[in-house]
Amino acid sequence: MNPYLPREAEIVSRHEESATTFSLGLRLTDGQPYRFAPGQFNMLYLYGCGEVPISIVGDDPVAGTLSHTIRAVGRVTQGLQQLAVGDRIGLRGPYGRGWPMAAAEGRNLIVVTGGLGCAPSVSIIHHVLDNRARYGHLSILQGVKHADDLIWREQYDAWAALPDVTVGLAADVASPGWHGHVGLVTALFDQVTLQPEQTLAMLCGPEIMMRAAAEQLHARGVAADDIYLSMERNMQCAVGHCGHCQHGGRFVCRDGPVFAWPEVRALLGVRGF
Amino acid sequence: MIKEAGFLARADLQTLLDRLHDLGYRVIGPVVDDAAILYRDIDRVEQLPLGYTDDQAPGSYRLSQVDTPRCFAWADGPHALKPFLFAPRETMWQVARDSDGRLAFSAVDPRPAKALAVVGVRACDLAALALQDRHFLDHVNDPYYEARRAGLFLVAVHCAYPADTCFCASTGDGPRATTGCDLALHELDDGFIVEAASPRGHAVCDGLSLRAIDDDQRRAANDALSEAAHRQFRRLPSTDLHNGLLARLDHPRWEQVASRCLACGSCTSVCPTCFCHAESDAPSLDGNDSEHLREWDSCFSAGHAQLHGFQVRPEIRQRYRQWLTHKLGSWHEQYGRSGCVGCGRCITWCPVGIDITAEANAICADTIEEAP
Ligand SMILES: Cc1cc2nc3c(=O)[nH]c(=O)nc-3n(C[C@H](O)[C@H](O)[C@H](O)COP(=O)(O)OP(=O)(O)OC[C@H]3O[C@@H](n4cnc5c(N)ncnc54)[C@H](O)[C@@H]3O)c2cc1C
Ligand code: SF4
Ligand code: SF4
Ligand code: FES
Repeated sequence: MNPYLPREAEIVSRHEESATTFSLGLRLTDGQPYRFAPGQFNMLYLYGCGEVPISIVGDDPVAGTLSHTIRAVGRVTQGLQQLAVGDRIGLRGPYGRGWPMAAAEGRNLIVVTGGLGCAPSVSIIHHVLDNRARYGHLSILQGVKHADDLIWREQYDAWAALPDVTVGLAADVASPGWHGHVGLVTALFDQVTLQPEQTLAMLCGPEIMMRAAAEQLHARGVAADDIYLSMERNMQCAVGHCGHCQHGGRFVCRDGPVFAWPEVRALLGVRGF
Repeated sequence: MIKEAGFLARADLQTLLDRLHDLGYRVIGPVVDDAAILYRDIDRVEQLPLGYTDDQAPGSYRLSQVDTPRCFAWADGPHALKPFLFAPRETMWQVARDSDGRLAFSAVDPRPAKALAVVGVRACDLAALALQDRHFLDHVNDPYYEARRAGLFLVAVHCAYPADTCFCASTGDGPRATTGCDLALHELDDGFIVEAASPRGHAVCDGLSLRAIDDDQRRAANDALSEAAHRQFRRLPSTDLHNGLLARLDHPRWEQVASRCLACGSCTSVCPTCFCHAESDAPSLDGNDSEHLREWDSCFSAGHAQLHGFQVRPEIRQRYRQWLTHKLGSWHEQYGRSGCVGCGRCITWCPVGIDITAEANAICADTIEEAP
């Protein structure tokens, strides 16, 4: 088996989330089964252009499809944005170590995301809601720079209406009609009743935000080993060979992208690593 | 285990090359090319760098001729084994697109037409090969590396002529080749003590006319290697470099070395253990197919740690620090040992003569509080 060879995937659905963000539903044309764990990612290949790492948001085992939410920022992602239902791309994966969903069973979960780091955390939320009895209280805390950056606004409202789910939204800059907090996402910790020994935290977003969130949660009594975070680095091979994703001695693609905080704490947010 | 096989007279060295050719190998050996000793296809002993020696210093490499009958009286040039296994540039797979936009992916068959036999390999490069094996084969098999590695036959030459830039004795990787080869040679004026280190090596010896080795020859060979180790004056600090360097990320020396470093990546391209590579696509003009390639990359390049809207290492100081903390530090976490085998190439081939041993010693010289 050649670990670098993509499989062909067909775009079966496409949804515009915002001016720059879109979701694709994909079906592998070889008909072979595909399984992933929340927090893992795929390498998506745009014909003639290149591959990019993209988190897996969820799947529909009955329809045999999986979904990705992508922000068009550069060559490959803007090219993917131009594609329509019926178009073909390449896909290989899933890769990496995902969220500790087994260790999280029976615990309260606090999911903290910043900026557009929402895609990897949506897979957590889907997994918890699909297996609701296995998990305790779910807090979803999402921060964005500008209130207009928030995608899935109706989705957050729908989650907030569920029993045993708390949703907190924060924006550095508000816009008319913004009902969430104005300021940093970490300020939302005051709004949730945290039972620290019962809680497992999952963080995703800019490293500065994750470092601050980890330190504050830890100061509030959450054990360092119960804080997990998802790292982002340049990735080209996804199998620990190309060297681009290294963070100290870790290959983020293979050893991560999800790490327990103590594994990456020493270099987290240190400029140059 | 390496075992003595016998003495090969200088006049019979050609029989070793012939034997390797006869066994179907593509034979690679050192030749003088472009004013340096490089590895090239060879079939005659006359192609070997007879009578050549080298003069290496930070930022400089020069060949000269001396009065010796020997062919291996030099230390490694810029070429390592690395390019023969981990290609500087190669196509990994192709994709064809039909008129309906369907994509068909096909991997390139990485099997070489002939297995390689490399003559003249030094201990440092064998140690580097063992590290690259771990990187490309331990977790996920790299099919391209694996296919070229599978049939590789290695004839080592114990290194009696270290350059001023060599420090393999300090890293524990040389000058004697102890493991990882098929044959190893001690070069003496009149011929070679041949040692066999693998069943394939023994099989090759069976076809050579080997004589008994006498004690004088044995003593001369061993003395030359002890002297070679003693002559090396560069060394890395003997302290725990992994924690030592990480504890000194703000040392002013990083800024000083960065003011000299050109971020050219010469060091990473000659380093036999560096494994970074970048992937890219080359679509055909008619739009019907595309090739997916990889080529060597360097942690000194601007794109190496580029994220959308965020460059992890915008400054040369951060890139040099990444290279050193990885090479001498994080490799311990990744592969249980330092990523430096003491070959000295990065010192010789750095255009401004930056010396990894001088930098590591300067940064680790001061005693600072280290976490217990
Ligand atoms: C584990 C992981 C999961 C991700 N999940 C998502 C997701 O679900 N949705 C989403 O929109 N984005 C996600 N990203 C970011 C996404 O991979 C980048 O936005 C994308 O690679 C940019 O490529 P480009 O060609 O469009 O941009 P360009 O800026 O043109 O890219 C140029 C080069 O930089 C690399 N690169 C640029 N930005 C990144 C980056 N952030 N991470 C890795 N490589 C980068 C590209 O691979 C390419 O080699 C994820 C990144 C990682 C590492
Ligand atoms: S770091 Fe320099 S001396 Fe060490 S193995 Fe690489 S090239 Fe050789
Ligand atoms: S250390 Fe020397 S060889 Fe390496 S990038 Fe800097 S200038 Fe180039
Ligand atoms: S993406 Fe290539 S080593 Fe991690």
